[in-house]
Amino acid sequence: MRVNVTVNGVAHRVDHVWALESLLDFLRERVGLRGTKNACEQGECGSCSVYVDGVLVCSCLVAAGQVEGCSVVTVEGLDPSPVQQAFVNAGAVQCGFCTPGMVVAAHCLLADDPDPDDLTVREQLSGNLCRCTGYQKILDAVHLAAERAGASGR
Amino acid sequence: MTVTDTATRPGTSSRAADGVGASAARPDGVPKTDGSFIYSSDEHHDGSLWGVTLRSPHPRARIQRIDTSQAEGLDGVRCVLTQRDVPGSKIFGMMVYDQPVLAIDEVRYQGEPVAVVAATHPEIARRACQLIVVDYEDLVPNTDPEVSLTGQVDGLPEGGLARHVRIRHGDVASARAASDITVAGRYEMGTQDPAFLGPESGLAVPVGDGGVELYVSTQDLHRDQRQVADCLGLPLDKVRLVLSGVGGAFGGKEDLNVHIHACMLALRTGRPVRMVYNREESFFGHVHRHPAIADVELGATRSGQLVFTKVRLVLDGGAYTSTSQVVIANGCYFAAGAYHVANVEIDGFATYTNNPPCGAMRGFGAVQSCYAIESAMDRLAAALGMHPLELRMRNAIGEGDTLPTGQPVDGPAPVQEILAWLRDLPLPEQSDPGAEDMRARPGGVGNVTRGEGIRRGVGYALGMKAIGFSGGKDDTCTARVTVWIRGGEPVAEVYCAAPEIGQGIVTLEAQIARTELGVRTVELPDKDTGVAESGASSASRQSWMTAGAVVGACGLVRDEILARAAAALGRPAAEMVLDGAEIRDRGGWPLMPVAELLGPESVSHAYTYRHRPTEPVDPERGQGNAHVAFAYAAHRAVVDVDVELGLVRVVEMATAQDVGKAMNPVAVEGQIEGGTVQGLGLAVMEELQIDGGRIRNPSFTDYLIPTMLDVPPMPMKIFEFPHPDSPYGLNGVGEPPNLSSTPAILNALRDATGLELPRAPVRPSDLVSELLP
Repeated sequence: MRVNVTVNGVAHRVDHVWALESLLDFLRERVGLRGTKNACEQGECGSCSVYVDGVLVCSCLVAAGQVEGCSVVTVEGLDPSPVQQAFVNAGAVQCGFCTPGMVVAAHCLLADDPDPDDLTVREQLSGNLCRCTGYQKILDAVHLAAERAGASGR
Repeated sequence: MTVTDTATRPGTSSRAADGVGASAARPDGVPKTDGSFIYSSDEHHDGSLWGVTLRSPHPRARIQRIDTSQAEGLDGVRCVLTQRDVPGSKIFGMMVYDQPVLAIDEVRYQGEPVAVVAATHPEIARRACQLIVVDYEDLVPNTDPEVSLTGQVDGLPEGGLARHVRIRHGDVASARAASDITVAGRYEMGTQDPAFLGPESGLAVPVGDGGVELYVSTQDLHRDQRQVADCLGLPLDKVRLVLSGVGGAFGGKEDLNVHIHACMLALRTGRPVRMVYNREESFFGHVHRHPAIADVELGATRSGQLVFTKVRLVLDGGAYTSTSQVVIANGCYFAAGAYHVANVEIDGFATYTNNPPCGAMRGFGAVQSCYAIESAMDRLAAALGMHPLELRMRNAIGEGDTLPTGQPVDGPAPVQEILAWLRDLPLPEQSDPGAEDMRARPGGVGNVTRGEGIRRGVGYALGMKAIGFSGGKDDTCTARVTVWIRGGEPVAEVYCAAPEIGQGIVTLEAQIARTELGVRTVELPDKDTGVAESGASSASRQSWMTAGAVVGACGLVRDEILARAAAALGRPAAEMVLDGAEIRDRGGWPLMPVAELLGPESVSHAYTYRHRPTEPVDPERGQGNAHVAFAYAAHRAVVDVDVELGLVRVVEMATAQDVGKAMNPVAVEGQIEGGTVQGLGLAVMEELQIDGGRIRNPSFTDYLIPTMLDVPPMPMKIFEFPHPDSPYGLNGVGEPPNLSSTPAILNALRDATGLELPRAPVRPSDLVSELLP
């Protein structure tokens, strides 16, 4: 099939997309954006998190054909946000394989709730698995990003 | 891709900025957050094919026939290879070669690779795998390690017994008679999976001279290179390995995965070949933590002095050896825990079965034995009517004490300080559970309790482990450091093969070069097999070994620069120091800019670091000075248990650990938090369900690892007692926090419920079955 989709503001028209192709594979192999990660391909780990028309989804659970006419934003397309720098500063990155998905999910969380408490962050990011950090530094990073965004009036 | 890392902190002396001891940011941090960092599963090449593995559905079977003709005829398939196509050695292995590259006449575990396919699309390759006809004669698998350890099982190597380790110290029989009190118990542990997020993957590219380049994720480039070259029948210089981004490892990327298969397909087709396991295949594509059965008997005086420790430890290694014979040794070395006890008898057995292969995983056998001894210590404390922490402090090992292997404990052994910190740490407040947010209660957002039936428990555990490779291994790490001038400023390049697996060895390499040379900018080229070996990122050794190599290489570079300055200035080198961009006198007065001294030239030196020699233990009594160094950590766990539903919430995990020197404090904290949480998973969530040799839960839907909501606050105390033998006094950090976490939680659950809980992980049914009327 043919899929017309806007990814990070750029229009793509892609032919010969397989009926069962996931949005994850479409982004990685057809569009060439490999920042979105493939860790479980079953919707359990959140490593493939992207926005579809502003909604946070696991791109492994969305068929490429479903995004016809949609606007997709991946980790590569996020506005330079305090979230990414906070992840680096707080030590929230180790192997980093969960990080792109975690950054997109944290971005979404802070857009909804600019100053979340601990339990809210834990619940909202509980769909994103990390095997390295034990999550404490990720929690710290989200608070640091919230603080910096607040301080800069964003 | 060379990473350039520039110190971000301003300072009058560049020497202090982001050097050793600072929480310098990772050089790969920004690319890892914006999606531009390239992992092994992201590697691609124009015109590359996809490789896919056909694996055995049976845990044990004879292969009667393989017919690949239909698969080869499928449009888009470029080749199908079986064991007949392996050009060199048909078997490989980390320590002994015993595992077929592709199955030869039989399969010994479910998931054993049988054939590989290269095709233009991964789905075509998978379809081709389905078209390969394999006639199996299904055989009854041997899956009981207690049977295997007899060494009498037909169809298993060595009759099923991979190794029996004996440690004999003192006289347990007499000590038993002299004990006022003895306790005995059996403790079992299920199979844990490393469950790294980045799947096994890589890209093999044939090169013009008949060789191959492999971009892959691994914990040891050179050990991989030797095995790959042997199996391809190529000399080492025709097989170049390049470290791609590693999405976590934890021991599970020490054994080969896609390596040989991808190279065989690339060499056969003459095209680059990508291989990426999906999650289900990943569960079959790497080794797991050995499941364990441990019998522990302790004897003590009435006042709580340990008199003897007797342990029988069985670790099932599954179908192939991997590192089982070393894992069982390490489990046995520390089976008596971090305690001074004069009479010790330890028997450890590593077995072969038709279960999935087990090998290295963070803690390397000491996780299983720490869980057993620490569970037994709580049983002894209960029998003595003594606080579990008091019993531990009374028997804690100290500097100068003798280990069960006869080796004196040298280096700092601040176990009393570690335990005292946990003792003095206030307990978290227990608010009215009914008034708490449901997310803070057992069952969480399931909202299954209003606080009724909740009991709180507190548990402690202490762990000890060797750092670095033990038993006489001549362990080395080599680094090359080069300094040149760019834009009037000296730049240092650190070239070392030490695999970056998430722990932050690249950060440390840059920090050390800044501290030793005073430079601001450090370049870190790709890690590959073009430099001598670093040894594995395992055994909590890489910071120690790499620091030794980088410090040594920096010293040689500094000496040469000062010698050149001495010649240029006509002053003795001993009167001058190198401080980043300046040569200064001992008083700090600038003598000459380094840029002027070097001009367009560079200064480059390699250095090979070795730790002090160790020796193997003797096979009869297990005695010998086998270890380089020891590290210690302890945990206090606080849990809430819903005793009606068997649900657990870990409320807090407090850790105290000695790290010698916190080279990068934020990274050290991250290791402790990550290790603690992997232990939490093993205590209450994680188990590979294996039934008749078959894995029943090979997915993240069914194999559960902790989420952010499962993880509690983790207060910690990092002690820095400098180690006398290591660079900067550092000690290994990564594994110790993974040891005591699990038994601390088990002991807390026992404290909360009064149950024996002889098996980890603890399942809801374990918590309610004995409590329900």
